[in-house]
Amino acid sequence: MKRHLIAILALIAPATTPSESRPVIVGSKPFGESYILAEMFAQLLEARGFRVERRLGLGATLIAYPALAKGAIDVYPEYTGTGLLAILGDSTSSTDPKAVYARVSTELEKRDGVRWLAPLGFENTYAIAVRKATADSLHLTTISDLARVGSGLRGGLTADFIGRPDGLPKLGAVYGLHLAEVKALLPAVKYQALAQGAVDVIDGYETDGSIERYHVVVLTDDRHAFPPYEAVAVVSPMLQRDLPGAVLTLSELSDRIDVARMRAWNRQLEVERVPVATIAHQALGSLHLLSDSAMAIRPKAQRESEIDYGHLAALTGRHLELVAISMVAAIVFAIPLALLLTAAPKRAETVIRAVGVLQTIPGIALVAFMIPLFGIGVFPALVALWLYSLYPIVRNTYTGIRDADPGAADAAKALGMTGRQVLIYVRLPLAAPVIMAGIRTAAVIDVGTATLAAFIGAGGLGDPIVSGLALSDTRMILSGAIPAALLALAVDGVLAVTERVVTTGRGRARRSPSRSR
Amino acid sequence: MTAALRIEGITKRWSSTITALDGVSLDIASGECVALIGESGSGKTTLLRTVNRMVEPDAGVIWFNDRRTSDLDPVELRRQMGYVPQDGGLLPHWRVRRNVGLVPWLTGKNGGEVADRALSLVGLDPATFATRWPSDLSGGQRQRVAIARALAADPKVLLLDEPFGALDAITRAELQDAFRDLRRRLGTTAILVTHDLREAIELADRVAVLHQGRLEQYAPPQDLLASPATEYVKTLFERAHVR
Repeated sequence: MKRHLIAILALIAPATTPSESRPVIVGSKPFGESYILAEMFAQLLEARGFRVERRLGLGATLIAYPALAKGAIDVYPEYTGTGLLAILGDSTSSTDPKAVYARVSTELEKRDGVRWLAPLGFENTYAIAVRKATADSLHLTTISDLARVGSGLRGGLTADFIGRPDGLPKLGAVYGLHLAEVKALLPAVKYQALAQGAVDVIDGYETDGSIERYHVVVLTDDRHAFPPYEAVAVVSPMLQRDLPGAVLTLSELSDRIDVARMRAWNRQLEVERVPVATIAHQALGSLHLLSDSAMAIRPKAQRESEIDYGHLAALTGRHLELVAISMVAAIVFAIPLALLLTAAPKRAETVIRAVGVLQTIPGIALVAFMIPLFGIGVFPALVALWLYSLYPIVRNTYTGIRDADPGAADAAKALGMTGRQVLIYVRLPLAAPVIMAGIRTAAVIDVGTATLAAFIGAGGLGDPIVSGLALSDTRMILSGAIPAALLALAVDGVLAVTERVVTTGRGRARRSPSRSR
Repeated sequence: MTAALRIEGITKRWSSTITALDGVSLDIASGECVALIGESGSGKTTLLRTVNRMVEPDAGVIWFNDRRTSDLDPVELRRQMGYVPQDGGLLPHWRVRRNVGLVPWLTGKNGGEVADRALSLVGLDPATFATRWPSDLSGGQRQRVAIARALAADPKVLLLDEPFGALDAITRAELQDAFRDLRRRLGTTAILVTHDLREAIELADRVAVLHQGRLEQYAPPQDLLASPATEYVKTLFERAHVR
């Protein structure tokens, strides 16, 4: 009897359930639509029994795509036009969606082993929009129509669109479009400006939720000036090898999402402030991709009015961890380096300047350089923070030691101290306040810079800042920014106490400078 | 009279055009105090610093107890010579006792005891001064501490680089008296760099007048006054109104 039961159980259970193997790492770029699509990927995979790890809000294409090619993430939503322009670096190709998809998917599969699944079903290219009243009175349905009457209309366009070769200049070349005037507007205000009549024409994206909200009319790009931006789930070579079932699951979304649906979801996020997890859950339900039992489980989305203090504490802990480890590593490296440099003053300036140049590399670029070496996550974030912390410590240690009370150092040598003794017993202790000042500067900068860790999925207080910026959620931004500022103050305070301990004797002595003359 | 130090033909060039010392030779007897005098740029401080090898000459030899200093380890050499710079050169992060006990401590002896004895020698009560910080001292006290530090290791030669130059007139006179007193009791060989002719005459057994890196005259003070060897020495004395 017992034996029968085991046999039956063995038949029911699949050979290996997907969740026994490694998790699928889902990534996204830092804007609302990318979050929604990635969350849909994640929830669909979870509903099919896969374990999922989320690395949402990766800094840019140049971080997300290399991370995917290297297998640091397994899937993220990307657009064919971005693949063509930003990844392949080609701006001359045709604007036919099918041709672009074919080109991008075959070339990148050949080059990186990355697979572009069949498109999700909607395009998110540039959209030129006017008020409904304008469209009706001037009989506008296409951009060609707009070009006929353009000289009477005022444009409010984003700076990006005005400058990009595939933006306004392309419209001038293809349609001969010339507007009466062009104002540069921030993305956040352009729809409002259009609705209120401050401008007559704006640029946006096809799937902007605001298109619905403000009842504006998108003009057809009848001469195909804009490159196609078809949304696609792109999959790492490693996921294809390890979990082909997961790739199959993701392709269930192919050709299921149309522009109207995407626009509605974006609107829910941007306008109604519905949490991403809830939108994704309902979206999958409306596409009939979740079973009734899966639909019954509500995602644990936090409500907007609540701040999850436990989560915040965990982020602060991670932030502090990043700062502490990178600072200790920087101190351990920078101070001995500076000591070595004092022995070779001719080479010192060159070396210190080289370390200083590191400081000028933008955070996101530095992190992008590191993906081929270290992937994404905590380690490359630590390396980046370590590099950023070196300069103030090396500079201050070197200068502090070189300029430490020359009279005292000379006398110590003349009385018979060896060079090493002068360094250890005279120059280093006299330079201690300057060295500590360098460490404090580095630490405060480090607390600020550590927010960039969120760009490569290393967590910390940058997480709510990055997603808050992407979702234009001020509360979320502040829930990261305020603790980060407080943390900077706290770290500086702790180091100030350390500095006092390190320099006790001189601190005491300094109290009576008048008598030292 | 045995020569404690014999300086022979010392030349030092900072560059092809700037010559600090040009073939300077002089003997210093054991127990003698010699003043090096001259204007700034005359090479007097450079000459002093060649003695303890803080400056390495381009040519010439210095004999110290019949051995070439260039054959000795510079660190060992310096530990046998006391040194007092103009600003005292005290280590600001060390208390007075530790400063004074520096050289004994370097050579593995108990610096504290020696330091207290040396402080008493220069007229500072260890009970009051040993635990003070250098910045809590007056200028005169600081120079006394610097002299105590130079004497603590019982050096064979004392090198003093304008030790009283930054003091006010009253304090300077006090310290000069104290220094003369000390030398009388200890009989230490000393080289004293100064730009003050009166100080040189007061304190030194012999005075070496340096001018543009050359030795103009080397003689006891009264001989310099009575028979200046060069026009420079003569005008030097006339300008200082030492008569």
